[in-house]
Order: sequence, then C-alpha cells, then structure tokens
Amino acid sequence: MTAALKANRHPDPAWRGRLIACAVAVIVLWPTMVVSEFKPWILFDWQSLASTGRFLSDFLTPAHGAEFLAMLLRETWQTVAIATAGLTLALLGAIPATLLVNEQLSISALGTGRMRPLARLLRQTVRWLLVLLRSVPELVWALLFVRIIGLGPTAGVLAIALTYCGMLGKVYAEILESSDAHASDTLLANGSGRLAALLYGALPEAASELMSYTVYRWECAIRGSVVMGFVGAGGLGQRMDESMKMLAGSEVASMLLVFVALVALADLFSKVVRRRLG
Amino acid sequence: MKHNPNMPSPPPRDWTVLTMMLLLAVLVVASFASLPLKWRDFFTMEAVNGTVELLQGFAPPDLSSGFVTKTAWATVETMAMSALGTLLAVVAGLAFSLPASGRFGGVARGAMRSMLNVLRSIPELVWASILLIAAGLGPFGGTLALAAHTAGVLGRLFADSLENAAPLPEQSLRANGASATSAFLYATLPQTLPQMLSYTLYRWENNIRAAAILGVVGAGGLGQMLKYHLSLFQMQQAATVIIAMLLLVALVDAISFAMRRALTR
Repeated sequence: MTAALKANRHPDPAWRGRLIACAVAVIVLWPTMVVSEFKPWILFDWQSLASTGRFLSDFLTPAHGAEFLAMLLRETWQTVAIATAGLTLALLGAIPATLLVNEQLSISALGTGRMRPLARLLRQTVRWLLVLLRSVPELVWALLFVRIIGLGPTAGVLAIALTYCGMLGKVYAEILESSDAHASDTLLANGSGRLAALLYGALPEAASELMSYTVYRWECAIRGSVVMGFVGAGGLGQRMDESMKMLAGSEVASMLLVFVALVALADLFSKVVRRRLG
Repeated sequence: MKHNPNMPSPPPRDWTVLTMMLLLAVLVVASFASLPLKWRDFFTMEAVNGTVELLQGFAPPDLSSGFVTKTAWATVETMAMSALGTLLAVVAGLAFSLPASGRFGGVARGAMRSMLNVLRSIPELVWASILLIAAGLGPFGGTLALAAHTAGVLGRLFADSLENAAPLPEQSLRANGASATSAFLYATLPQTLPQMLSYTLYRWENNIRAAAILGVVGAGGLGQMLKYHLSLFQMQQAATVIIAMLLLVALVDAISFAMRRALTR
C-alpha cells in the first residue's frame, strides 16, 4: 500500500455520510424542539419537583378505603358497560352498512363485473360516510356530545358507537370481500336473495375472523372509554381526571392499578374468546 | 322439517360457543340496564333543537387569515410534538430493548418486560394528564407523554426483533475476538434496523393522530385549541380546528398509504 493512499484513509470509511446525517438531524431537530417547547430543565425546577414529590410520595400508598373501593368497582363496571353498549350500538349501524357496501353481494356485477351506476353511487356514499365517522377521533366526538347532552356516560356510548361504526363497517366489508366469492356468487346466480347469499355463502368462511376482530375492537373500546372519561364522558377516566386535578396521588395510584389490571383482563378475555371461536 | 336420509347429518352443536354467546348477550343487556343513559333527554324536541342550533353554530368555520395562521401553528406544534416524542421513544426503546431481549439475564428480561407492559398499557392521554403535574401545561408534557407510551410499545417490538435476529453473525464476531459492543453494533443491529425503522414510522403515524387530540387535557397542539374554543362556545373556531385535524389525519393516511404501496410493489 502506498503512503498517499494510506494518508487518505480514514478509520471510518463512512465518516462523511455520518457527519452530514448528524448535521441534518441537528438542523431539523432544533426548530422542532423550539416549537414543542422542549425544556427538560422545567422538570428539575424547585416548585415542580416539590409538587411532583408530594404527588409521588402519595402515589406509593394506593387509596384503599372501603367506600373508595366500592366507588372504584362501580366506575370500572361503568367503563366496561360504556364500551359494551357503545360497541353494540356500533354493530347496529355497521352490519347494515356492510351489507350495503359489500361488492360481492352486487347482483348487477354478477358475470359482467360492472355495477349499475346507481348501485355504485350508493356504495360509494356509504363508504364516504364510514370514512367520515371514523376519521373524527372518538375523543372529539365525546367532546361534542358532552357539549350537547352534558356530562355522563351517554356521551361516551354515542362517541364509541359512531367511531366504531365507521371502523367495523369498513373492516367487515374488507374481510367479507377478501373471502372466496365462489359460494356467494353461485347462490346469487341461482336466484337466492342477497341476505341468504351473505348468511350461507360468505359468512361461514369469514365468521371467525369477523368475530375475533369484533372482540379485539371491544378491547380497544374499553381503553377508549377510559380515555374519554377525561373529557367528562363517565366511567373510570372521569374519576381519574378529578383525582388528578386534586393532586390526590393515592387515589390516582389505585385507579391506575385497576386500569392496568382491567386492560390486562380484557386482553386475556379477548385472547381466550378468539382462540375458542377462531 | 324432517331429516332427509340422503343428506349428511348436521354438525353437532358446540355448547361452549353457545354458552359464550349467552354470556355475551347477558353482558350487553347488563350494560344497557346499568348505565344511566339519557336517551329521553337526547330525543326530546328541546335536545334536538339544541343539537341543531349547536351544529348550525359550526357553520361557517372561521377562515379569517389570523385564525388560520394560528391553527397552522398549532398543527406545526402537533407535528413537532409527535416527531420529538417518537424520537425520544426510539432512544428509550432501544435502551430498554437490550435488557428486555434477555441480554442481561432472565431476571432483567422479566422485570424490563413487565415495566414495558405498564408503560404501554397506560394510554397517551392518561400519561399526559399525569406528566402535566411535573411538566406544566403546554406541548412539553404532551411530548413526554407520547414518548412514555411509545417507549413501551417500541421497547417491546425492538426486543422481539432483537430476539428473533439470527444469532450466528454476532456469535462468529465474538468467537473471533470482537468486543460485545462492536459485535452487537456490527452484526445484530444492522440485521434488525430495517424492521425497527418500519416500526418507528408506523408509531410516528399513530403519534401524529394521538398528538392531535392529546391537547384536550392541556398538553398543547390542536387538541388544546379545540378544547379552549369549545369550552368558550366559539363553535366557528372549533369547526376550523376540527377541519385542520381531519386534514392532518387524512394527509398522514394518504402519505403512509402511498409509501406502503411504493415499498411493497
């Protein structure tokens, strides 16, 4: 190896690329940190340390008075009930929407592969409606409903119902359309009704997948109903928000414990149900 | 209907499934029965009028240039929160994933995994309301909240991909005398990096959506504006913010759809 070549060699052959990447990262990162007011030293400010310390020391002994625990149990059930009721209402909207949207059940598309313009228009309209329902976050729905009907679980149930109607309708239609169309096509071509073609042609194949997706969504709805409590839609979240505002660390601690246990339980339950039905 | 002897007999009933269905039905009925739902209030003439009035208040959205600029800044703030939160989560997740993938023994693995589970099972919004106590109102608390939840998710995913990486390259580097750090950096990390990157992008996408609503507990961004204007009953301003949220989410969806399509083709 010649001396000139040796002098040119850097121990890291990719050093130029790395340096440029670092420079770009810093240039992008700096404004980001300014805009998001990233000031870690706030955390170590004396006042904030004191209030955090008080909250955390409270945190170590979760509240466990009998009255408090009874309230906790009631609110936990309310959270589960909000999720279940919301999901049931969502199903009431999602199942008819799936029937409308599902392209496999189109009679005019049989054989020709072309749908009547009116049918296509109807399907597209329902599809856009579902997109609108699910793209407004559930928390925003909850905020709006709390404005309309006041604090309480009704707002949470409605918010879950609307958002999940959009999600379930879309995913149900996708699952049904991705299943083998042969059975339902044959039924339709031989003159069976759309409902019969769905029930006996498409559903048996897709049933377990539909079921397991629904159970998974129920699990998500439980998490969602806790979160929506923070804007006043009832359940565990609303109590947690109140305790948080009073800086009652011990109450927050036991609520968080219950919440983590609830999520784990829902997770376990949904796993068992999915295995049974899948 | 009589059973036709030429046809196969129907499949036997699975009682466990039937019982499960029955239990589900009981759960649904109990839920509706126990909730103090106010359907009556909701469907009275008064409530319907109130709703219509509220909805009419939304139109037209406030499109004065001053307010649109303010909303645009809140959108930028939302994006910055999500980006920085994800970045912090990647750093923390990488650090957590080393013990969680069993590199420092089984005990450390179990302890780290259960900590990651706790981080992950508390939603961003709950984290935000806890962290506001330490970080004060504003986007900083929101950034930390996103980082806390996402660190749990990414730590777990990173640990799984580290565990699933082929061990042979690292072993052969170690056998040839490389130090543990450089064997990890030059054999196992490059194998898992593409997967980690795709997890990170996916979580960033989720975090943009989460950052948009995180503000309703006071953690900055579009959500804080929405909450502020809704609580002052300034519906036209709230409508603008909701439209900005929808546009942001739609944009993110479109970009991720296009990218996924480009990458899988």
